[in-house]
Amino acid sequence: MSKQADERGVVGERRWLWPSFALPGVVWLIILFITPLYVIFAMAMGTTDPIFGDTLPVWNPLRWDYATFGEVLNELFTGQLGLVFLRTLVYVVVATALSLLIGYPVAYYVARHAGRYRVLLLLLIIAPFWINYLMRMLAWVNLLSTDGYVNQILLFFGVLDAPREWLVGKHETVVLGLVYGYVPFLILPLFAALDRIDPRVIEAARDLGASPAQAFFRITLPLSSQGVLAGCVIIMLPMFGDYYTATLLSGSPKTNMISKLIEQNINASAGGSTGAALTIVLMVFVGLLMTYYLYSVARATKEARS
Amino acid sequence: MSTIARRTFLGRLLAWWSNPWGQPRFLVLFAWAYVLWSLIPVAVAVMFGFNDGRSRSAWQGFSLRWYYQDPDFSVLHDPSLRDALVQSLKLAGLTMLIATPLGVALAIGLARWRGRGARPANFLMLFPLVTPEIVMGVALFLVFVHLFGFVQLGTQAQLLGHVTFTISYVVIVVRGRLFAVGREYEEAAIDLGASQWQAIRMVLLPMLAPAIWASLMIAFAISIDDFVITAFLTGDQSSATIPVKLYSAARAAPSPALNALASILLFASMLAIGIALSVMRRSRKKEGAQGSAVEDFARLEL
Repeated sequence: MSKQADERGVVGERRWLWPSFALPGVVWLIILFITPLYVIFAMAMGTTDPIFGDTLPVWNPLRWDYATFGEVLNELFTGQLGLVFLRTLVYVVVATALSLLIGYPVAYYVARHAGRYRVLLLLLIIAPFWINYLMRMLAWVNLLSTDGYVNQILLFFGVLDAPREWLVGKHETVVLGLVYGYVPFLILPLFAALDRIDPRVIEAARDLGASPAQAFFRITLPLSSQGVLAGCVIIMLPMFGDYYTATLLSGSPKTNMISKLIEQNINASAGGSTGAALTIVLMVFVGLLMTYYLYSVARATKEARS
Repeated sequence: MSTIARRTFLGRLLAWWSNPWGQPRFLVLFAWAYVLWSLIPVAVAVMFGFNDGRSRSAWQGFSLRWYYQDPDFSVLHDPSLRDALVQSLKLAGLTMLIATPLGVALAIGLARWRGRGARPANFLMLFPLVTPEIVMGVALFLVFVHLFGFVQLGTQAQLLGHVTFTISYVVIVVRGRLFAVGREYEEAAIDLGASQWQAIRMVLLPMLAPAIWASLMIAFAISIDDFVITAFLTGDQSSATIPVKLYSAARAAPSPALNALASILLFASMLAIGIALSVMRRSRKKEGAQGSAVEDFARLEL
């Protein structure tokens, strides 16, 4: 009898064994990840309490009330909200482009030429991952304050005649903060992509008469394009959800990003519905990025498996 | 260029720059300049946590005043700062202890399960990784206020939220090891008479041990670092963690004690990550693998 059981264990093990390992985690994620996502919809399409004026969720999709959602969409296309959305988009695109300009050469150097400094450099590049984001912003709040080091240095070299108020509603400060905050997250996927390129391919291009620039633009860059795309998506997703950078480094409504409005509405007693509707708008907006990222991660899993 | 000029520092620098056979000079300078730019601001912030004076922009000598000496405003003696530190450590510790077993089991299940539900379950696991934190924060806040009313905002809600977004990271860390180990050892154990359960307990789990240790530490570091989801689930100030405290006080009430608090957070996460890295390194060494643990770690980040 035991022999039979053994053989079953090797060839076709009990059907429920592996799913039962996954079960607790899957149940946890269904209750605390999928259900909460549904609550966003139930709130956005909820009704207003006639006495207290706050929003009550409506669980049945057939009874959803789209009034708040319509208002938000209307604001988005004609009102103040559109402006905030556009500003968010400009910040994110400019910050991503600058991050790429900074991150690509660094990743390229570490992957191809760092030699004996490779591990040390990688360690220093990973370090900001594990330094709290808010601490990194706090560091710039210190440096950029009116009597901070940045002003002191710029005054010393005569770049500025008087101290500049960096921390009050300056677009460039917010973009600097975003770049500083998210560049490390871009460098690692770029590094991984550049590191995968077989150096013999580039040598072959050079042997066949390509100049260094030609070899770079026709071989290295196309071969690393997956990494560029993945890296951009990885930093753009959290940037669209970022409200704290602008709050800490500028603190002015002039530089508010879309997520700031979500945060303000959700925390206000009567804003639950508007906040939820704005969250849905944000999700739809970044949905394409999320889908791309999800599939690229799933593909990486498949490759690792085989 | 004369030989005399070459001996001066500038001369050597120029010679180094114009040497066509060496590495691409521009890239060398650019990469190191980037590293300095990314770390110096933080180093300055840590430094001012040790400042003897009240200023965060003029150095007035070294002291531990803001850590514990000051009777009113140091991290040790200011109740709001101390509470934030305790809350952060408590939350990260509990998150690590709950998320790791859940994540390890999920990773094993997903790696081995070949049935119809495996694909959707895998997507379910990846979903939290790609969802912007603010969406998760809003969703969890609303669910605890409107559906699971028995969960209080504060420590309870924070813990449930932290475990939810940490599970997937544990799965990613453990999964890499699972794929590397393969199924052969377990099958050999079963061939030699072990039951399925014995094979898991006595063969698979010991082989996964380094990844499990690493994921404990990574879960701790991810939890203690989180701001957005924590902020949405923080009830009153008594359950504020260090990042939440940094956010509310960075502009309103900055003091070197805040820098000291942030530095303690930095030391805690560095310690956790250092342990994770050294565990991974030791297990690589034992198996005689090529490359370095740091490189493995760099490729781990999704």
